[in-house]
Amino acid sequence: MDSKIKQALKWIGLGFLEPLINLIRGKEVQKNTRLVLRQIVVPILSVFIFLGACDYGAQYLYNIERERKIEKTRATLGDAEALKMQQSIDAGDLSNKPNSLPSPSDVKNGAIALWEDHQMVSAKKKAFEEKTAALNKQRKAAGQDPITYTGRPSFVDQIITSLKTVFAGFLLAALLAIPAGIVLGLSPTLRSALNWVIQIFKPVSPVVWLLLVSMVVKTVLANSTSDKSFIISFISVGLCSMWATLVNTAMGVSSVDKDYLNVSKVLRLGVFSNVFKVILPASIPMIFTGLRITLSVSWMVLIAIELLAQSPGLGSFVWEEFQNGANDSNAKIIVAMFVIGFIGFGLDRLMMVIQKFASFDSK
Amino acid sequence: METLVKEKTVLECVNLKKAYPTPIGEFVVLEDFQLKIKEEEFISIIGHSGCGKSTLLTMIAGLNDITDGKIMLESKSIQGAGPDRAVVFQAPSLFPWMTALENVLLGVKQVFPHGTKKEREDICKYYLHKVGLGDSFHKKAKDLSQGMKQRVGIARAFALKPKVLLLDEPFGMLDSMTRVELQDVLIDVWSKEKITAVMVTHDVDEAILLSDRVIMMTGGPYAKVGDVAHINLERPRERRSTVEHPDFYKYRQHLLEFLDH
Repeated sequence: MDSKIKQALKWIGLGFLEPLINLIRGKEVQKNTRLVLRQIVVPILSVFIFLGACDYGAQYLYNIERERKIEKTRATLGDAEALKMQQSIDAGDLSNKPNSLPSPSDVKNGAIALWEDHQMVSAKKKAFEEKTAALNKQRKAAGQDPITYTGRPSFVDQIITSLKTVFAGFLLAALLAIPAGIVLGLSPTLRSALNWVIQIFKPVSPVVWLLLVSMVVKTVLANSTSDKSFIISFISVGLCSMWATLVNTAMGVSSVDKDYLNVSKVLRLGVFSNVFKVILPASIPMIFTGLRITLSVSWMVLIAIELLAQSPGLGSFVWEEFQNGANDSNAKIIVAMFVIGFIGFGLDRLMMVIQKFASFDSK
Repeated sequence: METLVKEKTVLECVNLKKAYPTPIGEFVVLEDFQLKIKEEEFISIIGHSGCGKSTLLTMIAGLNDITDGKIMLESKSIQGAGPDRAVVFQAPSLFPWMTALENVLLGVKQVFPHGTKKEREDICKYYLHKVGLGDSFHKKAKDLSQGMKQRVGIARAFALKPKVLLLDEPFGMLDSMTRVELQDVLIDVWSKEKITAVMVTHDVDEAILLSDRVIMMTGGPYAKVGDVAHINLERPRERRSTVEHPDFYKYRQHLLEFLDH
């Protein structure tokens, strides 16, 4: 039982919790206490120190902004107004709140506000669906498109849209880069012929990819009703992030252990067997390392691309909040930042688990 | 005893030369190298490190280009590598993502393309059994110990039914206990199959124990056959009686003296 839990924890990269389990079971108390202190207590402490530092910093910046606002009022409208302004700010009047870095508690409130907003939006959506259910049935029977909810997406909807885009982009990258990488890895001629493409396009910024893709997609899909902004963003994500997989696959395929190739030669394996039974399995670890980098790059560029492509998702959420400038916009941006970070971390861990399953060289 | 060995030549190296180009002219590893190996003969090639004995073996295997001269297998010049010259590599070189059985099967499929799946599997299982892995058919190669891996390597080579078996320091990476075990396995399997074999080694005892003839190579560059010892110990051999045979130490002395200078 215990060993199974430990195994599972190790698989998902949470092996550091192992001493805690041992400690709970009363095994090797002294050693495990030390390990728990080092691996669990110290990190938690560091989180609190981080929050404390943020709080102090936010307070400091807030005071500067507050002073500035009061002095500005004094300069333009006189002392009486300045005093009023000071009282209004200190009373927590939202309309006069100085615009600065939000403190951790502001961020917490922002998160709660976003969650409540999500619940409200979902309730509205549900009500709308119930209301239109009967009508949609009729329309479907008549061969018409159903009426869909067109209201504002909630924060959670934005996260889901972003995840969809990133997976579509990641799939595209994998589908392009793995076969291309295999072909390049097998043929030194093609490799030297196309090396310049890789070297030149790899460092191109996501923004430029987006513009390039939209130039093409705009023309190709001019008369289509499909969601152009989604297509543009996922293709851009795919093109930006595929290079790591391409390079890694080509490298993995071209640097297969010489011993394996010798065995293949002695057995006189055909081209097909040689590629699928020897070369590919041997380069799986490298391919997955590439895919892992690709996934994290896709998530990173996705935000920037959504921000520019006006396609729904976390990126546009951040941009809209920044443009919006409501009193809790800054807090919501920080919430989005953490959500982005955690999801990125989660995706990386997910890839790590898949990689462990697919590779022959790790247990 | 020598009359037991048939006189038909299976493998022959004629005026063999191997040279690597370097900026200051070519580096000649082997030159004018002659060697005839008869059917069902087990020969060992022994020499100092870097004398070119492994180079010779990889050339016979077809994994290394021949600079000049030729290698004849049953009177035909060899072209590239092939399963008629099975190799037991120093590193077992199994595919770690396959099971022991699949590793052996991969080659058997190549040499018996018309057999049924069952027939092929039976061949593989027979040889895996022979090397003492009767209970590990379905273990992944990565989960096998080094010694077990090399057992699979031996089974894989024999299962190909090659014309010549090439062994490139097959036990070089093993600890001495495992090495002794595997030498016994090799003696055992070889006595039944009698496949013409060439083994490269730098273990004197191993060479005497296994071979009919030990080729001693002079140090490189321009390595040549320096001396040949015919090991006339009776077959089938068994470790104890062979090692205790009075001639064993005579042969041993001979080889060591050659290697000493």
